[in-house]
Amino acid sequence: MDAILTNTTAALREPRAAIDRETRLTLYRRMVECRYLEKRAHDLFLQNLIKGTSHLGLGQEAVAAGFGVAMRPTDYTFCTYRGHNHTLVRGVSMTKILGELMGNSSGLMRGKGGSMHLTSVEHHMMGSYAIVGAHLTIAAGAAWSARYRGTDQVAVCFFGDGATNIGTFHEALNLAVVWKLPVVFVCENNRYMEYTAIHEVTAVEHPAADRASAYGLEPILIDGNDVDVVYTTALRALDAARRGGGPSLIEAETYRHGGHSRADPGKYRPEDEVKEWLAKDPIPRYRQRLLDLGIDEETLVSIEAEAQRKVDEATEEARRAPPSDERIAFENVWADGGAAWRN
Amino acid sequence: MAELTYREAVAAGIAQEMRRDPNVVLIGEDVARAGGVFKATVGLLDEFGPERVRDTPISEQAILGAAMGAAMTGLRPIAEIMFSDFFAVCWDIVANEIAKTRYMTDGQVTLPLVIRSGNGGGSRFGAQHSQSVENWAMAVPGLKVVAPAYPADVKGLLAAAVRDEDPVLFFEQKSLYATKGEVPDGEHVVPLGKANVLRRGDDVTIAALALMVPRAMQAAEILEKEHGIRATVVDVRSLVPLDTQTILEEVAHTGRLVTVEENPRLCGWGAEIASIVAEELFWDLDGPIVRITTPHVPLAAADNLEDAQIPSVDKIVARVRELVD
Repeated sequence: MDAILTNTTAALREPRAAIDRETRLTLYRRMVECRYLEKRAHDLFLQNLIKGTSHLGLGQEAVAAGFGVAMRPTDYTFCTYRGHNHTLVRGVSMTKILGELMGNSSGLMRGKGGSMHLTSVEHHMMGSYAIVGAHLTIAAGAAWSARYRGTDQVAVCFFGDGATNIGTFHEALNLAVVWKLPVVFVCENNRYMEYTAIHEVTAVEHPAADRASAYGLEPILIDGNDVDVVYTTALRALDAARRGGGPSLIEAETYRHGGHSRADPGKYRPEDEVKEWLAKDPIPRYRQRLLDLGIDEETLVSIEAEAQRKVDEATEEARRAPPSDERIAFENVWADGGAAWRN
Repeated sequence: MAELTYREAVAAGIAQEMRRDPNVVLIGEDVARAGGVFKATVGLLDEFGPERVRDTPISEQAILGAAMGAAMTGLRPIAEIMFSDFFAVCWDIVANEIAKTRYMTDGQVTLPLVIRSGNGGGSRFGAQHSQSVENWAMAVPGLKVVAPAYPADVKGLLAAAVRDEDPVLFFEQKSLYATKGEVPDGEHVVPLGKANVLRRGDDVTIAALALMVPRAMQAAEILEKEHGIRATVVDVRSLVPLDTQTILEEVAHTGRLVTVEENPRLCGWGAEIASIVAEELFWDLDGPIVRITTPHVPLAAADNLEDAQIPSVDKIVARVRELVD
């Protein structure tokens, strides 16, 4: 399977060189924005300004950014409870994301959804799903609808390595292939399903890529910490789906810097493994590549400063927002806006 | 008026809505080429073609996930779960995803979809293909729940379910598929959330659903002819939304309520109605509220055993007599 990784990377070497400067800067900006926003979310948790749970994608930003930049505004995103980054890269405001995490009136859903359910239909961000694997089938349905309605929209569905062992993964892949649906399934393999190493509970080494052939799909295993690779792979898969080529299954190898959720310090991970992956952090790695390509330090510093300023402003705005009106807890069960079940 | 079977009324209702709205599509196991295992979707593939009437693999989660994804992006899917017992293998998509997404997204997502399912006993299929699971659905906020008894209501309520902006679980009673009834010609829509008073009497109100409705009607005739007890029979038709006003009015008149439920006893739909009546109409009651249900046991396959479990006409007659006499 290492051969697949090598081959895929080799095949992508050429298109990678073709990425223009502006796109590269956008990819970098998106990753930095994700990183700063989630670090802030972490701080706000420690201050108890965010309650409940959260699942951070620190370390996995290249997957969200690479796809976010490659997708068209009308393409659909379906992601998991580890979905802050996937929401941000679709253009949702930082204030609305932080507001939802804080559970007040500035939030995307005014506190009715929370960290695990970020959704912004106007951005075609069709939801963050907290029951592992469910949204693979829902993304397939959105792709079916896109084709039925004669649009060229593609549904992109992000999920973790753990989801490859649940039935919906297999049901959705089979249906998407049989119906030749415009959907791209993206497994973010961060090596741990919650607290357990994925290899300890999975029959194959590469949980998604090694199963691709069962559905007649090309095994695509990529370096998910190289945003150029993610971006070019995304473009290729989106294009294939748009041209009627059916679904793709991509396994992006990555690593979360923290634990599974707020409650988890992630101590079960061997020290050298953590060290090895921190050295492959997608952001400093890309920064160095941009410098090597001749982009000046000042440009990068200004991107970083701008991202930090946006996070600071959003934090203040979200913090200042009043609590949601309690009446909304009893609204919008039904399409008429209400919750009545009897007359 | 045309006489249709219950199963023909299913296809007629779907066809009426598919002709009206090109965004209505139908998916499920064996629904297209085979016309459904209960032959309730015969003719639809021929009329509407394979893009709109699609066979699926045996993947209940994918069927309902696909319906949800399609509904949230502009279609109005009708999905079939062949036997309602199979809801147990896709209940996450029903109870966690379809039911809650509108609420969790603060109203951003609308899910106009219908899930049809063959429900209930009487067909000697045993414990995993005979359950009445309408009370499972009723327990989840965000789902509308409909269960018709007669062909005219099958067509009309199915049409209303398709037009509704919310997810509707539409339970078709399998033992009723072969029954016949008059169905109005032309466009026929019966609003959700309206109970139907089928006959009126002064002594007792019997509230029933689906297969229990014709049994309650037969029981009411026997009660009147042989025992001089005049019963009102209310076909509840829709559990969510629930037409409590009609039920309360009828019980206020007779002073007695009997529910006849096919679902197993605990937390059956009649318990909710009994609690509403006890709370809001207590001082108008002339006797205890009686629930006639399938006991809290799995269903058996053998005909005499299954018949001993599901409420029968004789059982309804006997319990009503005990209450009224």
